[in-house]
Parts: sequence; C-alpha cells; structure tokens
Amino acid sequence: MQNKKINKGYKLLIGAVIDEPGSSEKNKTGSWRTFIPIIDQEKCIKCGICWMDCPDMAIKKNADGTFAIDYAFCKGCGICAKQCPTKVISMKLEGK
Amino acid sequence: MIAGLPEEEYFSSGHRACAGCGEILAVRHALKASGKNTIAVMATGCMEVVSTPYPESSWKVPWVHGAFENHPAIASGIDAALKALGKRDKINLLVFGGDGAYFDIGFQALSGALERGHKATYICTDDEAYMNTGVQRSGATPPFGATTTSPAGKKIHGKQQAKKPLPLIVAAHGIRYVATASVSNIQDYYKKVQKALATEGPSFIHVFTPCPTGWYYDSADTIEIARLAVECRFQPIYEIENGALKFTSKIENPKPVAEYLQKQGRFKHLGKEETEFVQKYVDERYNFLLELEKQKKAFDVLL
Ligand SMILES: Cc1ncc(C[n+]2csc(CCOP(=O)(O)OP(=O)(O)O)c2C)c(N)n1
Ligand code: SF4
Ligand code: SF4
Repeated sequence: MQNKKINKGYKLLIGAVIDEPGSSEKNKTGSWRTFIPIIDQEKCIKCGICWMDCPDMAIKKNADGTFAIDYAFCKGCGICAKQCPTKVISMKLEGK
Repeated sequence: MIAGLPEEEYFSSGHRACAGCGEILAVRHALKASGKNTIAVMATGCMEVVSTPYPESSWKVPWVHGAFENHPAIASGIDAALKALGKRDKINLLVFGGDGAYFDIGFQALSGALERGHKATYICTDDEAYMNTGVQRSGATPPFGATTTSPAGKKIHGKQQAKKPLPLIVAAHGIRYVATASVSNIQDYYKKVQKALATEGPSFIHVFTPCPTGWYYDSADTIEIARLAVECRFQPIYEIENGALKFTSKIENPKPVAEYLQKQGRFKHLGKEETEFVQKYVDERYNFLLELEKQKKAFDVLL
C-alpha cells in the first residue's frame, strides 16, 4: 500500500488492508484435530445437515449427492456426527 | 441448494475459531442469506479476531473493522455513501457484533444508528459473555452464569443480575424488524436475515450462539445446547415486525430448564434453589412475551 508523507520525517501508513478474499484457506486447521469424523457414504441419506452445521465449512458435497469431509480443515469438533439424523458419521481417535 | 441453503460460501475455512464454535455458524449463514453483493462491518470480538489475522481474511465480501463504540456509525456512513452513489438497492449491509458489542460497549452507537434510521441489518451473535478476552460477564450473561468476572464462589454463585432484554430495547427504538433466532434452526435464521435485509430502515437479529470454550461443554454439543435452550424456553424465538411481536416457534410443552443448565460447566455450581429460581425467571420472562404477543400491537405506537 502507499505511504503518505504527511509531515517531514513522519509517514502515515494506510491501515491494514487485506486484498485477498478468503485467504485464511492457507491455514490448514486439520492439524488441530484429536478426533476424526468418518462418514459411511453407503448409508448417507444426502440431507446435508452435517454440511449445514459444520463451523469450518469442512464438509463438501460429492457429485452423487453424498457428503465428504475435507480433512485439511476439519477440527474434529464432532457436531456433524452428533447432528447426523441417521448416525452414519462416527468419531475416531486421530491416528488410530 | 443444500437443505434449503445456497451452496456458495462467502466465509472461508482456515479461520481460528475454536472447534465447535456456534458464532461462526451465524456469520456463515447470514452471509449466505445476504449473498455476494454484501458489505460487512464488524465490531471486535472473537469473530473478528478469528477471521482476520493479518494478512489473512476469511471474508469473501468487502469487510470493515470497527470499534465497539463506532462500528454502527461506520455502517451509517456506508449507507449514506451507497445512497449518494445510487447503489443502495443493490447492496446489502450486514453489521456484526457479539453480545458485549451490542448489550454493553457498543450500545450507544447502535442506539444512535437506529434512531437516525440508517438502513442496515445488525446481527448480534450472543454467546452470553466477552469470550474473546477470556470469558468476562456481559449484560447478556444469564443469572448464576459463571464467568471469570462473575465466578462461582463459595458465597456468590455466578452472576447476580438478570439478562438485559436487548431485542425489546431495540424494538423500542421503533424499527420495523427485530427477530431472535438460534443456530439450532438455521433455516429459520436464514429466512429472518433475508426478511431483515428487505426491511425499510434498520433491522436487528439476536441469534443465540453457544460457545463450548466459555460455557464448558463438549464441542460436539453446540447445536444440541442451542436447541435445548429453545425447547426449555430459555431462549424465546420470535419476531417483532412493524411493532407486533409474534412467536415464530412457540414452545407449548417446555423441557425443564434444569436439563439445559446441567449440560454446561458454567452452571454446574447451581443447587436446587438456584435452579428453581432460574426456572421461575425463565417462565416469567416467557409469559411476559406471550402477553406482548396477545396485545398484537405492542410496539407499533413507537414506529
Ligand atoms: C472499548 C473496548 N473495551 C474493551 C475492548 C477489549 N475487547 C476486545 S474483544 C472483547 C470481548 C467481546 O465480547 P463480545 O462482543 O461478546 O464478542 P465475543 O468475543 O464473545 O464473540 C473485549 C472486551 C475493546 N476492544 N474495546
Ligand atoms: S467434526 Fe466438526 S469440523 Fe469436522 S467436519 Fe464435523 S462438524 Fe466440521
Ligand atoms: S471462545 Fe467461543 S465464541 Fe470465541 S471462537 Fe471460541 S467457541 Fe467461538
């Protein structure tokens, strides 16, 4: 950004401007996870409730209408597993 | 559309909110309701801090930071500027703040902007304390809620005051649309945001957003806690449209408030007497709202 000289010896920096929308996607929050959600695709009824209730936008719709977890961002909160009406999402300890 | 909501996201992953944060859901879905032609203004608080760690941003629409004390004034300026440019009809203006922002610190600025009548939709994401600075009590903390500044001690058991009835105070400014909502019913919230955006002049939505970190419950339970709060009448869900209060989901057979309280660490110190007190408090406030609904025109003289 431009620096404006307002007075000899002083520079006024134009305030913090972020000109890259959605750039927080560089920050992969999947590393926060302790528990990992696993969707049983076969039993998914395609309601989208997990997608709707995920605070990390970490659930994506597949071409066939089922849903998949984006593990790059999923923090493992467990909301999706709790809210899934058919209980086809299970939470497992990460790395096991 | 998925579950009646647009697929397009205007808020990105990678934000730093705690796992299971309820407030994020309110921000995410308000943006879906508002769409790409939106300008957002935000007071400081968790939502700002987690979404804009310089030089990154989670926002995909133009977003402006404001202080508690002036962010509604910033919104007023944007409203005036859009009008001057002849673009007011094409652009939605969403203004976000937490309970600290609207119940307390930014209240004067909100009140001023409402009184001046600038068109903007205010969204108060209520997690009943100042979370970003480490869970201090706010005007929204309910009776006996434990926070770091209203701790559950041996003699004094959490906050000793009531919760400020902010939606009613806002409605008393004579604005045309005020609503309450909860992240346990996203579709209802989504519709209310759209309705608010279509309102002439200012509009205000109070959305109940549980916080696992400050309320001490398992992150998986955010939606469930929000739903219980509605089902036990702790969080009433209504609209005040053109001065008339109307419940949008009326709870005919409420669950005991104890069921809601017991799920959260911030209430774990409550004894039988205090639980009864909260039950009575909740009943009285709900009945008061039912009475206002019966009057049909509770606030219309103020419009
Ligand atoms: C005038 C002023 N006082 C105090 C602060 C410090 N502060 C920053 S965020 C915050 C808490 C905000 O709480 P709330 O609005 O409820 O949002 P939450 O963090 O809970 O989402 C406080 C007190 C500030 N930024 N400005
Ligand atoms: S566990 Fe939480 S963050 Fe991960 S996909 Fe489910 S709802 Fe989203
Ligand atoms: S402290 Fe609470 S409101 Fe703040 S980011 Fe964490 S869960 Fe969300």
